[in-house]
Amino acid sequence: MAFEGLAERLQGTLNKIRGKGKVSEADVKEMMREVRFALLEADVNFKVVKEFITSVKERAVGQEVLKSLTPGQQVIKVVNEELTALMGGEQSKIAVANKPPTIVMMAGLQGAGKTTTTAKLANHLRKKHNRKPLMVAADIYRPAAIKQLETLGKQLDIPVFSMGDQVSPVEITKNALAKAKEEHHDYVLIDTAGRLHVDEDLMKELDDIKALADPDEILLVVDAMTGQDAVNVAESFNERLGITGIVLTKLDGDTRGGAALSVKAVTGTPIKFAGMGEKVDALEPFYPDRMASRILGM
Amino acid sequence: KNYRKVDEEFFEELEEILISADVGVHTVMELIDELKDEARTRNIREAHDIQPLITEKLAELLEGAEGETKLKVQEDGLTVILFVGVNGVGKTTTIGKMAHKFKQEGKKVLLAAGDTFRAGAIEQLEVWGQRVDVDVIKQQAGSDPAAVMFDALQAAKSRNADILLCDTAGRLQNKVNLMKELEKVKRVITREIPGAPHEVLLVLDATTGQNAMSQAKTFGQATDVSGIILTKLDGTAKGGIVLAIRHELDIPVKFVGLGEGMDDLQEFVPEQYVHGLFADVLDEAEAAEN
Ligand SMILES: Nc1nc2c(ncn2[C@@H]2O[C@H](COP(=O)(O)OP(=O)(O)OP(=O)(O)O)[C@@H](O)[C@H]2O)c(=O)[nH]1
Ligand SMILES: Nc1nc2c(ncn2[C@@H]2O[C@H](COP(=O)(O)OP(=O)(O)OP(=O)(O)O)[C@@H](O)[C@H]2O)c(=O)[nH]1
Ligand SMILES: [K+]
Ligand SMILES: [Mg+2]
Ligand SMILES: [Mg+2]
Repeated sequence: MAFEGLAERLQGTLNKIRGKGKVSEADVKEMMREVRFALLEADVNFKVVKEFITSVKERAVGQEVLKSLTPGQQVIKVVNEELTALMGGEQSKIAVANKPPTIVMMAGLQGAGKTTTTAKLANHLRKKHNRKPLMVAADIYRPAAIKQLETLGKQLDIPVFSMGDQVSPVEITKNALAKAKEEHHDYVLIDTAGRLHVDEDLMKELDDIKALADPDEILLVVDAMTGQDAVNVAESFNERLGITGIVLTKLDGDTRGGAALSVKAVTGTPIKFAGMGEKVDALEPFYPDRMASRILGM
Repeated sequence: KNYRKVDEEFFEELEEILISADVGVHTVMELIDELKDEARTRNIREAHDIQPLITEKLAELLEGAEGETKLKVQEDGLTVILFVGVNGVGKTTTIGKMAHKFKQEGKKVLLAAGDTFRAGAIEQLEVWGQRVDVDVIKQQAGSDPAAVMFDALQAAKSRNADILLCDTAGRLQNKVNLMKELEKVKRVITREIPGAPHEVLLVLDATTGQNAMSQAKTFGQATDVSGIILTKLDGTAKGGIVLAIRHELDIPVKFVGLGEGMDDLQEFVPEQYVHGLFADVLDEAEAAEN
């Protein structure tokens, strides 16, 4: 039952109505129940689903659908349009500072993909935008986090600034910025440690890094497999830091990725990139319309 | 005293709590229907009276048969435990924690650095090895994980180790080649020691939503998963999908991860977990009653 696409689900409902000749408001209500199920199974947050259903219902019980000869298709069309609008129509680009270097700070829960994304982004900036990035190893907590970033840096031949794990991340950042000026890097990418949004001390640390570095871009890295909790995480990080964009990772899996809609809805911030694999070149621009279809299983 | 009523509103709230805990809409609907029936037949009208029923029902489901949530550790001789799961869920960290636990029980423990792919993975396991004072068997980055396992098994035998904990690279379950590689790793273990691995533990991140079901299915088929470790329960996510997994696939949760330190691994206690799921509604109901 789970992971069935919306189209198939609605088909089932439609088969029941078919003989009736006319679609009633109650039939639309039944179809919307299926839409709700599909969204919940795709991990869209239940509060977001509630609001979404309310606004779609208004359009769906209107003439557009009731009078239509293909009510199923019409409902799907309305849902898809509304979902795409909510995901954010246009594709969003990474920030560029007026005066280089552009400073990008990564943040997110443990294991979301920050370090990998830092390397991917550095690679992307060099390859696609001809930039000269510097990566900063500011995770002093996770075992071998610095080594991980350094290994990725070596693979890519992109420099990594590190001071070991006995110096505070704020201090590391300060020195990294000086180094970036000295060596004329035009992007500084700060990899931070994974942390829970409810960990007051570590959230404060991000505050401090932000205050010092005044980043042009604060990217929240979110695992596409995240469930209902995505809204709590995104809301907390956003309130605390004021994030400017989201990177959705592990989209190469078979998750529907409803968390994308949830984080977009609660933060209003665009999803800028999608992580599509473990390798350093597996970063793609994010396409809202494709994501809407994916969530619906189409 | 004015008790909270078991009405439509109560069930709606219950539904929302379970859905927001990632239990999954189907399991939730089934559960709510059963509870409604039961409330009707037993003539239960107050929240106060239905709560024990809910807790009991869910805990029973998670408990399963006697002792099922315990690790199958060999009485004597080597116990091999293989860790599998998608990327970033906490496999390597859990191995560090579990090594510490066994070490404290006086066991001789060895670790196998079977993730030869991810940058820094071997070094990460080595840091854990030093932290809990346990040896790590490794080869260099990029080598064949099956070969690492072979080495580790020889080392475990010759050193008379009690426990061998095998790390593997994170992989998404839809990557067919990577799942094949994992099957091969497991085959090598079984060939060297019949009956091994004695446990195949699937590590699931509590923040994961419905995709965890697909993970459990596919890793289950590939490696015959014997238990689940639910990590990152120290956050606000509840990992409710384990209820659906238990219900559909009958895989028990054996341990939970509650942080990044070496002591942050606990045996899974169904009642405690279920209470955690409902902590909010229980508090609210109690507040309403007082
Ligand atoms: N398949 C896939 N794996 C990814 C992707 N992004 C990251 N990963 C993997 O996810 C795991 C965690 O990635 P990291 O970059 O270490 O995550 P992190 O957020 O830095 O983790 P912490 O520093 O521990 O908080 C690794 O196994 C990565 O290879 C992606 O887009 N697709
Ligand atoms: N808060 C919290 N963090 C955890 C827990 N378990 C692991 N982590 C963190 O999650 C991140 C990923 O953990 P790893 O052990 O590297 O995960 P993995 O499954 O080995 O990752 P890959 O090998 O890259 O697939 C690290 O930052 C860990 O410290 C837990 O129970 N709670
Ligand atoms: K994760
Ligand atoms: Mg990292
Ligand atoms: Mg690992």
